[in-house]
Amino acid sequence: MDILQLLISGIANGCIYGLLALGFVLIYKATEAVNFAQGDMLMLGAFLGITVINSNYMDMPFLAGLIAAAVVMGIFGYLLDRLVLRGIFGQPQFAMVILTIALGFLLRFFAGVTWGYDPISLESPFAGRILELGDLTIPMVDAVIIVATVLLTTSLYFFFARTRLGVAMQACSQNQMAAYYMGIPVKRVNAIVWALSGVVAAIAGVLFAAKGAIEPSTGLIFGIKAFAAAVIGGLGSLPGALAGGLLVGVVEPFASRYLPSGFGPIAPYALMLMVLVLRPGGLFAQIKQKKV
Amino acid sequence: MRVIFKNSYDNDINLFEDRVHLLKYAVLLLAALVMPWVISAYYVGELTSVLIWSLAGLGLMLIAGHTGQVSLGHAAFMAIGAFSHLALMLRGWPFVPALIASGVVTGLAGALIARPLGRMSGIYLAIATLALSIIIEDVAIVATPITGGIAGLFAPPIEFFGLMIDRYGTPRAFYYLCLTVLIIVTLGYANLLRSPTGRSFLAVRDSEVSARALGVNVPRAKTVSFALSCGITGLAGALYAHQAQAVNYESFLVLISITLLLQVVVGGLGSMHGAFFGAFVVVLLPQTISMARSFINTNTPFNLGAYPGMDTAVFALIILLMIIYEPRGIYGIWIRLRTWLELFPLYRKGMFRRTRTYLKTERMR
Repeated sequence: MDILQLLISGIANGCIYGLLALGFVLIYKATEAVNFAQGDMLMLGAFLGITVINSNYMDMPFLAGLIAAAVVMGIFGYLLDRLVLRGIFGQPQFAMVILTIALGFLLRFFAGVTWGYDPISLESPFAGRILELGDLTIPMVDAVIIVATVLLTTSLYFFFARTRLGVAMQACSQNQMAAYYMGIPVKRVNAIVWALSGVVAAIAGVLFAAKGAIEPSTGLIFGIKAFAAAVIGGLGSLPGALAGGLLVGVVEPFASRYLPSGFGPIAPYALMLMVLVLRPGGLFAQIKQKKV
Repeated sequence: MRVIFKNSYDNDINLFEDRVHLLKYAVLLLAALVMPWVISAYYVGELTSVLIWSLAGLGLMLIAGHTGQVSLGHAAFMAIGAFSHLALMLRGWPFVPALIASGVVTGLAGALIARPLGRMSGIYLAIATLALSIIIEDVAIVATPITGGIAGLFAPPIEFFGLMIDRYGTPRAFYYLCLTVLIIVTLGYANLLRSPTGRSFLAVRDSEVSARALGVNVPRAKTVSFALSCGITGLAGALYAHQAQAVNYESFLVLISITLLLQVVVGGLGSMHGAFFGAFVVVLLPQTISMARSFINTNTPFNLGAYPGMDTAVFALIILLMIIYEPRGIYGIWIRLRTWLELFPLYRKGMFRRTRTYLKTERMR
């Protein structure tokens, strides 16, 4: 029973990692850029959620607040691409890495100045409520997180597999030039992808803030962990991102419970290194060797 | 405008193009030697920091700028260098053997890690090294016998042929020590780059497929480059330990790794000068910002509060603008400036225009 309990809390954590990893994968899938500021976008989304939902700020209902935060972050992502990232359109991937790292620093500074450096948590309608399934007690928050993640992932999966825009995004990622020749508005597609990942980051952020407290530097460590998740899954695979996130989320509590102290925090990274060494492209690998 | 007349193929790889070139560096060296006698002890300390971060930057430049393998975890190797150096010194080793040993140990650690890491590329490598940097923080706590656990290690004073060198007691001597190490490494680096090994690094950076086709042993080149890069960074870590006087698991956080990468990028990726330019920016920027702030507060009606993290934010903004407008960093600006001066009335605007490339997928490589 103890193990099952640990497993469920691990899965709920893992879902947040998975959602964040999903944000990475979205951008990677469509533009082949890696957004190192994704964790900071989650942090920003969480703070926005707190601003609109908490009673000492704007006091909106939870769902409306979630949507508001998601919309604002979507616009933020869109503008980010239009105003900043388009400047390096067509430059090597590495430029984007550095740019987003710098962006992360700026976002953290902005959040620190705006909301302060103390941890704040979100007032959600399901705080403190629990769900009882037989002997198992599941916090309501965890259940909401798990359901929301499953819904979001399936809809994104179908979006990429079935819709015109989704397929266009995949085409852009495989070869921008060819996609452009096929009549896909590559730049607009990129902007839409950034908006979409902003939305996902906001949802993940609000859910995370409902579960625990958030502060400006949350995004950094959290982002790196989600990165590990995305890489374990193989960047570029949506189900892989979710699987990686769950794996990281589950491994963490078990490692700190059953391994000697000090090994718990490094378990996700050790797992990632192991996966990378054994399968350099991640579990759901997308890399193929070029033939000359 | 100078025209260099070459009458042998060897002239292409001379360290110095001609007398004028050599003279410039001689003047620079002289300035570096005279500097500590001109400025106050505090600025000697700052300048020493610049030297140490230049050394660390050189290490990262070798792997990131010249072999094209981006590492986001070089603080881990600084940590290995610092801890192994201090552990050896505390066990009675003299300074110089301990310093060399720490470089060798870090290089070996790098080579060991390079084998599995060498199979990854691009973003996967960056993330794997980032993970390495996080892991080392916890390893530094767990490996108590070597690292001193949570308390860390204190740097013993350096005894050098009867001369006691201490960061605070004799800042000038410590400065010269760091300068010596830096010059030796820089010369070694410059020589490496004109050797077949160094050329194979560049080949790997530009295209792994073509490098392989030309007979370069790509895994070997990557391993050697990683080992040398880590060795240099390890030396920087050892010197940093003396500069900071004490190191523990908090001395080499992930943020240091990231800052180090930003440092070489802002300096100019792919040029040795870049490591030095970047170090100047990283070390002197906080100083400049606080000076600018107090200047604005006293001389203008505006009053800027002291926001925490202001200098990282300004640094990040510089990086942001740099990547968008001048991806070759400060070195790129310098090259443009120099060309403008050399060609004076003849400089044309589009001379250094970047060619637009279209992104090609990394999933097929």
